[in-house]
Amino acid sequence: MVRFAARRLIGMVAVLFAISVIVFLIFNVIPNSDPAVRIAGKNANPELIARVSADLGLDQPLPIQYLTLMKQIFTGTLTSYASNRNVVDQIIDGLPATFSLCIGAAVIWMTLAVLFGYLSSVHAGKFADRALTVLSLIGISMPVFWLAAILLYFFTFKVELFPTGSYVPLTEDPLGWVYHLALPWFTLAVLFIGFYSRVLRSNMLDGMNEDYVRTARAKGLSERQVRIRHVLRNSMIPVITLFGLDFGMVVGGGAILTETVYNLNGVGLYAGEAIRSLDLPPLMAVTMFGAFFIVLFNTLVDIAYAALDPRIRLGEAAPV
Amino acid sequence: MPVGVPKERIQGRNPWYLAWLRLRRNKVALGCGVLFILIVLFCLAAPLWADHVAHTGPNDNHITDTVSIGGVDTDVVAPDGTPLGPGLHARYLLGADQNGRDVMVRLLYGGRTSIYIGAAAALVTTVLAVIVALLAGYYRGWMDAVLSRILDVIWAFPVLLLGIALGTALAVGGLNLGVLSIAGDSIWIPILIIGLVYVPYMARPLRGEILALREKEFVEAAVAQGMGPLRIMTGELLPNIISTVIVFFTLNIANNMLLESALSFLGAGVRPPNASWGTMISDGYQLIYTAPHLTIVPGLLIVVTVLTLNVFGDGLRDALDPKARIRLEH
Repeated sequence: MVRFAARRLIGMVAVLFAISVIVFLIFNVIPNSDPAVRIAGKNANPELIARVSADLGLDQPLPIQYLTLMKQIFTGTLTSYASNRNVVDQIIDGLPATFSLCIGAAVIWMTLAVLFGYLSSVHAGKFADRALTVLSLIGISMPVFWLAAILLYFFTFKVELFPTGSYVPLTEDPLGWVYHLALPWFTLAVLFIGFYSRVLRSNMLDGMNEDYVRTARAKGLSERQVRIRHVLRNSMIPVITLFGLDFGMVVGGGAILTETVYNLNGVGLYAGEAIRSLDLPPLMAVTMFGAFFIVLFNTLVDIAYAALDPRIRLGEAAPV
Repeated sequence: MPVGVPKERIQGRNPWYLAWLRLRRNKVALGCGVLFILIVLFCLAAPLWADHVAHTGPNDNHITDTVSIGGVDTDVVAPDGTPLGPGLHARYLLGADQNGRDVMVRLLYGGRTSIYIGAAAALVTTVLAVIVALLAGYYRGWMDAVLSRILDVIWAFPVLLLGIALGTALAVGGLNLGVLSIAGDSIWIPILIIGLVYVPYMARPLRGEILALREKEFVEAAVAQGMGPLRIMTGELLPNIISTVIVFFTLNIANNMLLESALSFLGAGVRPPNASWGTMISDGYQLIYTAPHLTIVPGLLIVVTVLTLNVFGDGLRDALDPKARIRLEH
């Protein structure tokens, strides 16, 4: 088990390294423009461009530039080309908003998805099931930023029920925190509610035909106990796997759109700004941050699976 | 003639015909498929609407123009910047945007772009994923190890961030790879980006299927007959996963359209002034409080189109792969 975990962790570091090289190459090789020219401004003379280039180390060979950049990320001294501010500090400043958004949304989507998936499977084929299926299909077919924009329009402007975005720290004002985050939470959760409830519904319907259900019924358990204690618990396994992967993805960049529309100053909003100004250092750091969470949760899911199911330790990855 | 044998021979039914029989019974999925085709046809007819009804192109500005509505001359864009709203008039059926462009015309042309990107990117993803899955699943060993690690790396990227990073980097000067050269504002840039980022999501399950098929006797028989690797991959393995590929392709178009809209909204997808449903929302969102129709209408079109594709794709899966289906016929 320890060996399995160690192997997965080494693999995780290798993937992160590969990602950092790729991001570096994307921004240093693909654009047909010199960042020094962009930073020096429109009317810069060649001397100024050369000085900017030397200041930022852009005249060094690419491998050296890469090493410098990585060193700065890990020592926390990386500064943005555009604003001269410390990138790592900016990301740390964004963490509370991003985690508040993601964790709150995750609680909502897991609760509602389990509820809807369960109800759908209990009433399979009847009106409630059909209605929930239609709703969840609409949920997975909606662009997140569009839903955010529409909710903002109807619930902050047409009916002034909620405030227009912005983040209020939990420590300052717990009620204001919930009040400001309610719409963003719901927005981010909708896609996953639709997706997970469908997965859970089909898993539960498949599970109802298993032998252990017959055994449970034969023992004299009520239908409700069979569903909740046996079928639901077994059907949750793939949902938990999905949750691990998706939560990593949401923290690692999936919340950019929600944060942008609701103007929540989290990591995603910061990433959005960096993109618009083609600012390499923050983009590099934010992508690494995102990839770290995705890879971390991937690895955690794998290790959790291996702990639960010894067969996987011999194979490779968790079944998705 | 022996007793009990019908006069006519029983016709053999091929699996595709059986799948069609199952699909035909699923009226909702079929209806969604028809609706999707109708949306595509309407978008293809965009020039007809532009020339004969609206009399304006998708990128023509009419900021200072007036239009006669019910005999009254009305500004297309009011002096305070509020554009004309939707109404029952041939020109500006769905109103105008902040540049006085006809929203209906832009919507039809934008639909062409969005659906084209969705379908073309799905084709890119499918071709790449099938090649990777066949190679990894057939050769196994180091080939599988290398390809799987590459997929792992793309998989670990935040999809949206990778798309945005590539989109912004490529938009600066386009792509120049010797023979292949794409301008920075070409819609092939979003197509290739979207096509690339979804490859692992399709290649991984397909690889699993190929790995399982590789162990089957018919592959062993093909090897024993002296068939070459290419012939086994295309002639023996590919036909066995083609139904899965068709389902993935349909659902992938839906996902691609959503990603295109998100990239365009963040400014890393389709370049202005080209219309796509994503760029229309992005433009319209600036006026969400004064002219909400600019945001609502293109978004609704995305939802309806993606929804029809999702429902139709689900129906296809049920029809093509009856074992995986959960039918509830009480």
